[in-house]
This record gives sequence, C-alpha cells and structure tokens, in this order.
Amino acid sequence: MVAETPRDRQNLLGDCVHCGFCLPTCPTYVLWGEEMDSPRGRIHLMAQREEGAPLAPMVQHFDQCLGCMACVTACPSGVQYDRLIETTRAEVEDEHPRPLRERVLREAVFRLFPYRRRLRAVRGPLRLYQRSGLPALVRRSGVLERISPTLAAMERLAPPLGPAPRLPERVAARGGRRATVGMLTGCVQGEFFPGVNAATARVLALEGCDVVIPRDQGCCGALSLHSGRAEEAAAFARATIETFESVDVVVVNAAGCGSSMKEYADVLADDPAWARRAAAVAAKTRDFAEFVDELGPRAERHPVPATVAYHDACHLSHAQRIRSQPRRLLAGIPELTVREIADPDVCCGSAGTYNLFQPEAAAQLGDRKAGTVRATGAELLVAANPGCSLQIATALRRQGTDIAVAHTAQVLDASLRGLGRAALL
Amino acid sequence: MSTSLDRLAARCAALLGPDAVIGDPVRLRTYECDGLTTHRAAPGLVVLPESADQVAAVVRACAAEGVPYVARGSGTGLSGGALPRTDGVLIVTSRMRRILEIDIPNQRAVVEPGVINLDVSKAVRPHGYYFAPDPSSQQICSVGGNVAENSGGAHCLKYGFTAHHVTACEVVTPDGEIVKLGEGPGYDLLGVFVGAEGTLGITTKITVRLTRVPETVRTLLAAFDSIESGGTAVSAIIGAGVVPAAIEMMDALAIEAAEAAVGCGYPAGAGAVLIVELDGPDGEVAHQFDQVERLCRDAGAFEVRVAADDAERALIWTGRKSAFAAVGRISPAYLVQDGVIPRTALPGVLARIDALSAASGVRVANVFHAGDGNLHPLVLFDDAEEGAAERAEEVSGAILDLCVEHGGSITGEHGVGVDKARYMPRMFTAEDLDTMQMVRCGFDPTGLCNPGKVFPTPRLCGEVPGVRKGPHPLVAEGKAELF
Repeated sequence: MVAETPRDRQNLLGDCVHCGFCLPTCPTYVLWGEEMDSPRGRIHLMAQREEGAPLAPMVQHFDQCLGCMACVTACPSGVQYDRLIETTRAEVEDEHPRPLRERVLREAVFRLFPYRRRLRAVRGPLRLYQRSGLPALVRRSGVLERISPTLAAMERLAPPLGPAPRLPERVAARGGRRATVGMLTGCVQGEFFPGVNAATARVLALEGCDVVIPRDQGCCGALSLHSGRAEEAAAFARATIETFESVDVVVVNAAGCGSSMKEYADVLADDPAWARRAAAVAAKTRDFAEFVDELGPRAERHPVPATVAYHDACHLSHAQRIRSQPRRLLAGIPELTVREIADPDVCCGSAGTYNLFQPEAAAQLGDRKAGTVRATGAELLVAANPGCSLQIATALRRQGTDIAVAHTAQVLDASLRGLGRAALL
Repeated sequence: MSTSLDRLAARCAALLGPDAVIGDPVRLRTYECDGLTTHRAAPGLVVLPESADQVAAVVRACAAEGVPYVARGSGTGLSGGALPRTDGVLIVTSRMRRILEIDIPNQRAVVEPGVINLDVSKAVRPHGYYFAPDPSSQQICSVGGNVAENSGGAHCLKYGFTAHHVTACEVVTPDGEIVKLGEGPGYDLLGVFVGAEGTLGITTKITVRLTRVPETVRTLLAAFDSIESGGTAVSAIIGAGVVPAAIEMMDALAIEAAEAAVGCGYPAGAGAVLIVELDGPDGEVAHQFDQVERLCRDAGAFEVRVAADDAERALIWTGRKSAFAAVGRISPAYLVQDGVIPRTALPGVLARIDALSAASGVRVANVFHAGDGNLHPLVLFDDAEEGAAERAEEVSGAILDLCVEHGGSITGEHGVGVDKARYMPRMFTAEDLDTMQMVRCGFDPTGLCNPGKVFPTPRLCGEVPGVRKGPHPLVAEGKAELF
C-alpha cells in the first residue's frame, strides 16, 4: 500500500469538488438516496475523519461501499477514490473493533476463499449437499438466515459443482506460436468454475499461444486488497510475482484478480526489495479479452447462433477500463447476437466479498440487475468475473428465471471449436 | 441541539419511519453544502420523505415548531440555494424519484421532484421525445431542483429554460397544504413559483412538457486563435438569422482543463473553441450548417470539425459538459461565476475580465453559452494559500459588476441563492427588492421556507415591507421610464 503523508491525503481528498456526478453511478446511492452512502459523501466523511471526527459512525458507510469504482469512471475531476477507499478500509481494519460475530465471519471468509486447497476441501461436501434434497429444505426453513445472513448468502450463491479436471502445466500453441503466456487460474474461478479456465487455455492455444499454468500458484491477493487487509495482500502479491516473473505476459480471466495484479506497483511501492519486480509484473498483466483482442483473430470463428447479454464486471470496466474488447470478441462470432444491458455502469452487487458481508444490499442490487438482464431477452449471460455470474444467476433464479451463464472465454471456445450453441445453453 | 429540533426529530421519525431521519452530527455534516462548497452549514436535521403527504406533514410539523426548513434535490446547485440551516430541517427529495406518468399523445410526463433530469429523457427517448432543459449536471440534477432554479443549459438558446417546459406543479405550501399550480385561468402562479429558488414552497409533483427529438442534429467544433475571433463568429451566426440549438465557447484555460479530465481531443493550440449545434428538419439543418461552417471560417477558424456520428458528438460535448468539474484538474479550488451580458458586449467584457485577471494575478477560465451571452467565468485559486480565496472572491464580484455595467444580469441560470444575495442591490433598488419580498410574504408569511436566500437582508416574520410612495427611484434618476 502506498504510504500517504497527511498532505497527500489532503490533496487526494481536496480533488473532490462536490459536483455530484458520481451519485447516479453509485449503487448504494441508487438504492438509498443518502448522501453519506455516495462517493461524494464518503469522501466528505474521510475529510471529517482527517479533522478528528469519530470513526465509529462512519464505518457502516465505508463497509457499504462496494468498491465497484463506477465513481472513478464518472468523476470529471479525477478523484482517486480507489486509493482513498483502500487506505480508508485499512484504517478501519486497524482502528475499528468489530463485534465478535462479524470478526469470526470475516476471518472465516479470508481464511477460506484465498486458499485453493481449502476451497477444494469444501468442494466434496458441497457437491454431496447439492445433490441431496437438503438445499430446498434449508432455504424453506430459513435456518441459515437466522444463524447468519452471510452463511445464507454463501449457500445461495454456491454454483452447481461438477467434476474439476486438473489443467496441465503447459498447453502447446496450435499452428505457429505467436506468444508465450502465463495463466492465473484464480481461487474461486479455479475451484468453482473449472470450465472457464479450461476454455481460456484452449482459446489461447488455438490462437497460437504457449500457455504456462504454474501448478503452485496461489491467490493474487484481490480479496484482501479490496477489504483493507494490506499486509495479507502484500504477502499474496509477492508470492504471485515470484510465480509469474519469468513469463512475457500474464493472462487473467477473472476481472477482480486482473485489476489487483495491475495494482501491484502500488501495493508494494514501499517495499524496496519488491517495488520494481511488482511494477514489472503489473505491467505485463492482461485481462483475457484485452489480450486476445490485442493479439487479433487467427483461428476460424464458427457460428454460435444465440442471443447473449454482455455484463460489464466493475473490475473490468471501471478498474481496468476494458469495455470494447470483450464486445469486439463477441461481435466477431458469426450468428451471435449481443444485447446491451440497461444501466451497465451500476454494479450487480457481487463485488468480491460484498455479497457475503452485506447480503441485503447485495440482494437488492442483484434484483435490479436481474431485471435489466431479463429485459434484454437474452438466453445467455456473458460476464468476465465469476462473482458477477453467480450473483446475477442467483438473483434471476429468485425471480423465477433461469439463465445460462458463461465467461467470454467459454463463448469464444465454443465458437473456435465449432461446438455451436448446445455447448453453452 | 435545541429542544424544538429534538421534538421534530421524534415527530418526523414517527411520520416517516426512523430510516428516513438523520440526526447524527457526522452524517448530518455530509449535507453541509451542495455543488457550491464555499458556503457550508450542517443541517439540524435531515429527512428523506417518499411522498407529497410526508413532505406536507414535515412542513406542518416545522410550522408548528417555528423551525425553518430547506428543500434539497441532488445537491448540485451552484449558488447555495439548498444551503441548510443549522437550526432547521433539510427536506431531501432524493427518494421521491418515480416517473408517475408518461403521456406521449399529449407530450407530457409527470414526475416526482427527485427524478434525475436525464432519466426523464431516457424514459421517453424510445418514443422519440426528450426533456429539453439540459444543465451540465443533467446526469444527476433533479427535476425539482431544475424547477426551483429555473435551470437552463446549453440548449436553452433555442428551447428555453425549465419554465418553458413545466406545465404544472403540485406544491406543498409553507402552511403545509398541497396545491396544484399551473392549471386554469387566473394569475400565473406557476410562473412565479418556477425559479423562486425554493422560497415559496416545495414541489412534489411536476408535469413536464416533452419535446420531439429533432429529425437531424449536426454538431461542429471550430477552433480559433482568440476569443475575439470566436466572438465574431457568434455574432455573425446569430446576425445571419440562424438560431442554433446551442453555441458554446471555451477559452484556452478551460480547454486545457477539459483535455486533462476527459481527453476530448480539442484542436491543440486553440485560444478558443466554439461548439455549434443545429437541429431540426433535414433540409433546413443541411443548408444552415454549411452557412455556419463558412461563417466560422470567415471569422478565422483554423480548424472546423464536424461530428460524423453520435459518438463523435458526445465526445465534443463531453469536454464542454465536464468543464466545471474538470477545472479541479488544473486548480486546487475555483469559483464558478454566472453572469449575463448582451451578446454584442462579449469581446469588450472578455477583454476587461482579462485585464482584471492580469491585474490581480488570479487566473480566470471562461466557459459560456455564447448564443445568449451567459458567461461562466471560472475563477481559480489555491485554498491552501492565505488570502487567495478572498482575492478570487473579489475578482468574481468584479466580473458581476462588469455584467451589470453592460446592462446584463448577476445570474443567468445558477440562481441567486445565498451566494449572490449580496449582489442583488447592484441590480435592484430597495423598492424593487421590497416588491419581491411582498410576493414572498404572500406565499410564506412566517418566513420559514428556505430563509436567507435570494434577498440580501432577510426580513423577519410579519415584517412586510411598506408600500412605496412617490416615483420609482430609477424613474426619478432618469434611468428608466414608466409606460
């Protein structure tokens, strides 16, 4: 984390001219219409904090921020809200004693999700549970909701699990080799969406890349970084840097992971032994769509006659400013119709751990997004972040609509391999 | 906190529910200012009503306690019109955001005051209509706020202000009654209400006129070496009888800011850019557009860019619409001024502003609705520097003097609010102001509704100004005639 002098912080806060252009894109302002749950209001709270106002009444409002960074896109004054909220969250974690119940849940989440082996250990029992008649019973009884809304949210959001085949450590390019790339498999992506990683590797290989998939890779640190756990994030970052230093490009198919890896230079700026290495890895990190679009199409695209809605994951569109590339990739597939979702800037409520810690707000946002997705009439939802897909599919199910979900990589994979629509729907 | 506010807090929580009342000092302070941050006052209480009945109930409760109240929409105003009272209640309409009715055959829509300006257009766009007033903050400012401030925007040159697009308002009067203004014969009370800056009551339902989306819109960006040649082009265009949908001008400093903020790609090295937009039937627009392009070149434009599609048009406008906030990129702080001059006085007044800037060392960026002579000088300063704010304030005030001196006005569209109340006597005599006070007292005899705004010397309850006797001072001085 970049250490900020008080003057730096004052300057960052002073960039905000209170124009309010951020309000309509802020999910919590859209929900509640309250100043202190808007970016402008939160910045005002941070400024009050600098003047010595008590932190306790503010914490709720900082916690309720999704970190979607839609405000950063909307801001004409260039306010670096991303930096402001990250340091504020770290301050909250340092200084604000949370109630025991909340502490236990947070620890549980942060000790589970960033660790693939632990996630894998959960897979087995979860699959058994999903195949039993228990889920219906549990949801009807509301027992989890009473124990903890976070647990209930986890139960609702867990994707239906199938087998998870292991990826090889190296996938050779088809045709002439155009690049050698490393691939981050991600924690949740790897364990809960193994199909996305397999599709990513195949598309990269079919487009002429040697794909290196280091087996000993760990968490990139995104969850920790976006939750104010600065030390933990730095440790994950160092390990990930070591793993990927030797490849030319690191391709990341999860928006949240990609955006945090692109921030590595900031994360380790104060660590002289790591600052340059961090900057180097950050500079060669590419989102999957960004990279494949940059590479240009070589493999033949076969028709996929389907109507899809493309969802902008916040950590792709706002944090990485990647909007046109995935749309271009989808548009390049014959017979595929891409529909736009209304209010694309507003977050679906997934936002990393948000749907676990703020289940109520997350569900309201999920419902809004589900409504706009349904209005497109699409049969398949395409998104580049596992959290978003889970969140929107769950909200749609709540409304009685089932929609198929796929990652951009899976749609491309279906097209490149000529599998047609059946592979996706 | 005074006891009457405590009682009000409890009463409002009972009326609106506890979620709709904010009383904690830290949270209250986030409401201490709107888009104008130089004036700050944390409200005594914030309430977030969801219906006209709730607004009326809060107003009645305030009246019963003798507590002042202020209405606020999205908090984007630039004259401090929604500046709260520390001893009062802030009634925020951000949860009253339903579009109640869209009546395309009659070209109107009924909306709640918290509905965002641009959301009205988004909702009716599929039918081929839009809501014409387009202040630069249209993506967030509320229709209720537009009504209070009679907001304009870049396109009001051709389409007029909010007043021309509102046909009726449901209003909660200061005695807590819900009335409808704007229907039937009689005095044009709606005309009095729109633009009254929230001093005559709170609107809770607005019937807006919808405008048909023009058949063709064409936009060009012309770059000039200097403001003077840009001004010449403006005069030439208007003089030729063309009524553009908008003519906007920005000077070099404003261009620099916009470029830094949104990368709008305006021509490098321009001393001024002019954005001209024409809309209407195909044939007319095509003919006049060629004429405008020629007039720009004749006036010395070194580059003329024509937007080829909606995306290019949006890019041209992005630079202009983000200009105010974008100035935050080139200056730690700034004041947005709003004044009006006759179009023909433009070059002269701009030269005087330049001289003011040079003499004081205070930088001034200029953005204006050139078509109707509405200037928006942005006065830049560093708030960390001792005395800089005062110097900026001085330059800003001197610019208004220039406007009045040239027969213009101290505000074109931002309103008087709290910021310009002290300048009102530069435009109006005490008698004029008294007459306005009498209108105000007709609506709000106890003076609880947004007090301290518009008028330089707020009067207390019941202190109705006396009737003027003898000739009007301006007539006596030979400056005006009575017809």
